Amino acid sequence: MSGAPFLATEHWWDLRDLSNISREILEFLDRVGPDWLAYVVSPLIGFVAAFLLFVLPSQLFVGVYGERRLIGRMQSRLGPNRVGKFGLLQPIADAIKLIQKEAITPRGADKWVMWTAPVVFVAPAVLVWAVIPFGPNMVIADIPVGLVYFLAITALPVLAAFMAGWSGNNKYSLFGAMRVVAMAISYEVALVLGLLGVVLFTSTMSLQAIVEWQREHDIWLVFLQPLAFVIYFISASAELNRTPTDIAEAESEIVAGYLTEYSGMKWGLFYGMDIGYALAAAAFGSTVFLGGWSLFGLEEWVPPWLILVAKTHLFYFVFIWTRGTLPRLRIDQLMALAWKYMLPLAAINLLVVAAERLWWHEAGLGDGIVYLFAAANIALALLLVVGWARVLGYRPERVPTRPRLVKHVGGYVAPGAETGGGR
Amino acid sequence: MSFYDQWAAILIGTVVGFLLVFSALVGAKLLAPYARERAKGVSYECGMLPLGRNWTQVHVRYYLIAILFLLFDVETVFIFPWAVTFLGLPEFVLYQIIIFIVILGLGLVYAWRRGVLEWR
Amino acid sequence: MTEIRSEPFVVNIGPQHPSTHGVFRVKVTVDGERIVDAEMVMGYLHRSIEKLAEERTYTQNIPFTDRTDYLSSMSNNLGYCLAVEKLAGIEVPPRGNAIRVIMAELQRLASHCMAIGAFANDTGAWQTPVMWTFREREKILDLFEMTSGARLTCNYMRIGGVAFDLPKEFEPACRKLLATFPSFIDELHGLLSENEIFIARTRGIAVITPEQAINASLSGPMLRGSGVAWDIRKADPYCGYEQYDFDIPVGYNGDSYDRFIVRLEEMRQSVRIIEQALDGLPGGPYRTEVPLALRPPKGEAYARVEGPRGELGYYVVSDGGPAPFRFHIRPPSFINLSLLKEMTVGGTVADAIVALGSVDIVVGEIDR
Repeated sequence: MSGAPFLATEHWWDLRDLSNISREILEFLDRVGPDWLAYVVSPLIGFVAAFLLFVLPSQLFVGVYGERRLIGRMQSRLGPNRVGKFGLLQPIADAIKLIQKEAITPRGADKWVMWTAPVVFVAPAVLVWAVIPFGPNMVIADIPVGLVYFLAITALPVLAAFMAGWSGNNKYSLFGAMRVVAMAISYEVALVLGLLGVVLFTSTMSLQAIVEWQREHDIWLVFLQPLAFVIYFISASAELNRTPTDIAEAESEIVAGYLTEYSGMKWGLFYGMDIGYALAAAAFGSTVFLGGWSLFGLEEWVPPWLILVAKTHLFYFVFIWTRGTLPRLRIDQLMALAWKYMLPLAAINLLVVAAERLWWHEAGLGDGIVYLFAAANIALALLLVVGWARVLGYRPERVPTRPRLVKHVGGYVAPGAETGGGR
Repeated sequence: MSFYDQWAAILIGTVVGFLLVFSALVGAKLLAPYARERAKGVSYECGMLPLGRNWTQVHVRYYLIAILFLLFDVETVFIFPWAVTFLGLPEFVLYQIIIFIVILGLGLVYAWRRGVLEWR
Repeated sequence: MTEIRSEPFVVNIGPQHPSTHGVFRVKVTVDGERIVDAEMVMGYLHRSIEKLAEERTYTQNIPFTDRTDYLSSMSNNLGYCLAVEKLAGIEVPPRGNAIRVIMAELQRLASHCMAIGAFANDTGAWQTPVMWTFREREKILDLFEMTSGARLTCNYMRIGGVAFDLPKEFEPACRKLLATFPSFIDELHGLLSENEIFIARTRGIAVITPEQAINASLSGPMLRGSGVAWDIRKADPYCGYEQYDFDIPVGYNGDSYDRFIVRLEEMRQSVRIIEQALDGLPGGPYRTEVPLALRPPKGEAYARVEGPRGELGYYVVSDGGPAPFRFHIRPPSFINLSLLKEMTVGGTVADAIVALGSVDIVVGEIDR
């Protein structure tokens, strides 16, 4: 709730900036209540508003309902359509069902850790929204290290997942726990190195300032940092256990991974907040890479928070899309992707960005140079991705995707001895 | 708002988060049925009684990955402050950081050649 | 790096596991995630079909064959009927044979749809391929319903022919299906066989060399995936398969991916066969009348068909009575599964699931 006034009006009814309403409330509280009240209420308003207006509805109707509907469409079926109009009440029915199911704790499980795990998992979910700027004045806590803060908070669920897997006294849970930790820490490194490129360009770690930077330069960081964006997307989906990388909950291998022994609301908290974290990752990604609440001047007329919500949901749609399309990688392939592929590329990207930024600064070039950087970085990203894959021995053209055809039966068909054909 | 106010907001957020979880868990505790039965407590192993112990030793490769992670994450902790301020810093800092990154890169190459990155 | 071992421990995969395709159990010993030993445990779905069949007449046994491999009931009906016809020396009219070929090939399409969908599910493609293949399988099951009245356990073949003639609406419906099917196979090709992740997960996994495959007497896509050209339809033609023009797809090095692309290509070839059979559908009777309580002369007969999973053989011994003296099934998935240990040991748990999926087992047939 800091920063210069940005929009034309400061009336409480101007919905383009919801902080107007909270300011009115706070001023009223200042008049009637003790000094500390406004301090406590101010972030509370932010959290409650963020949750009631955005997170909870999105979680329920985009995360639970929308995802199932969309994946249903992709799989040529209908998805939930029974509870309420168009099945819209499905998430609420799910919640009611989950809350009245018995949460079983198996014998021999570490009870204390098992009950603590959902707490550790869910409690930080509120905190990640503190640094996401919904508008020029609409950020709950615009802390100067917002980017690192976000990374730190989103590392906590990994701990919770490990606690959940370890405490269950179950072999599949243990597999899931070990996988989740190994994968999360591997992708964390590439993710952090990728985001360093962004920080190099913007010279700040405050998310609000990153958005302002993109608005001032009239370019989204996704164009300046395409490689970092791709690394962010892959790493985020790895840390969120979404499908191409969902080895920690791999249903077809280890039943439900670290959640095998969870039931009832204990499981429901994990399930619900998984979506919450995915939304947060989408919001963070759209803030850092897709211009946040800004949309090339359109934010003057359209409410900025609406722009961010739209971008977040678009980002989240890509998560849903990959989930509906791709098979799952194996753990050694995922580790190789993180350590051998994304980490070196992120490091190279870092050096390149540092050189570019330094050149820009030292030579005193104008802001128009960012478009040149964007073109150069996109070309470089493509070159690096393809070239590094080749270096590591990736030869897709050598994999035949159609079998050989023969006309007559016999023994082993040596390569080149095919007799078939036709059509 | 001052510096401390921002972090006060985070503190309040933490409290809100815990309240949220506890309300859900307490609600579930109040509403959910509970019936003690012996067979329920058996941990799931595809419908069979579990064979042997469930908590076992963990393979050493996890520790190797963990050590690598520590190295690289600590590295980024050093690089982040530099990344924010590097435009105003003297030139030799840049060379130092480059040397730092190159040394870590060599570490990665070493680990790679030793086969630590092979997930066997 | 030297191999560091941790304490091995034993995990059950199955009987109640999302990807064992029924109640099948593998007891694996793992070291970390690497499998060092695998032991198959079967029999959870044993219904004693072979013994029960000795108590019923030859015609009454046909429904049993539906229920061994419930995903390819037509092929099972066909194998059994061929064995009894061989035993009793019954000729099937040409129209009956052509209808049998159409049904058996439609069944292969339906079964391969299921196999490919389930296999993709095992690699972790979250339900999408399996839903797509189910969508197409439904259309085939509609055709079965149209002709036999049942979708899954059709009980359509009879000794001496088929139970009913094709209804009028069958041919247009079947042609409509055949017109859309190749594009669906292309769709699957794009979704799976050219998918990087899918290739990475299945290429080089669970390799079976041609020698191993032949020694273990594998058959069907498992054998052809290893590069061995063998197909009962060509080697020992039945029902007039010699008059249809089709190719045998063979793989390159016998990994899971090869088995998958062989199945996909077999679907294309099946479409070709059905088209030819529909074009040349002869008139005349569809069944030779045989007495309901058939008493074949003393003797024995073994008839084999190329089922979707491989060589599906039926061995029937008659003592001259109305019921078979001995009734035995050569279940392809049971024999194909015999190499599971070789396929899984040395790989990870995730690979084992892929290996199991690539075998395409039906537990009803393994346990009978």
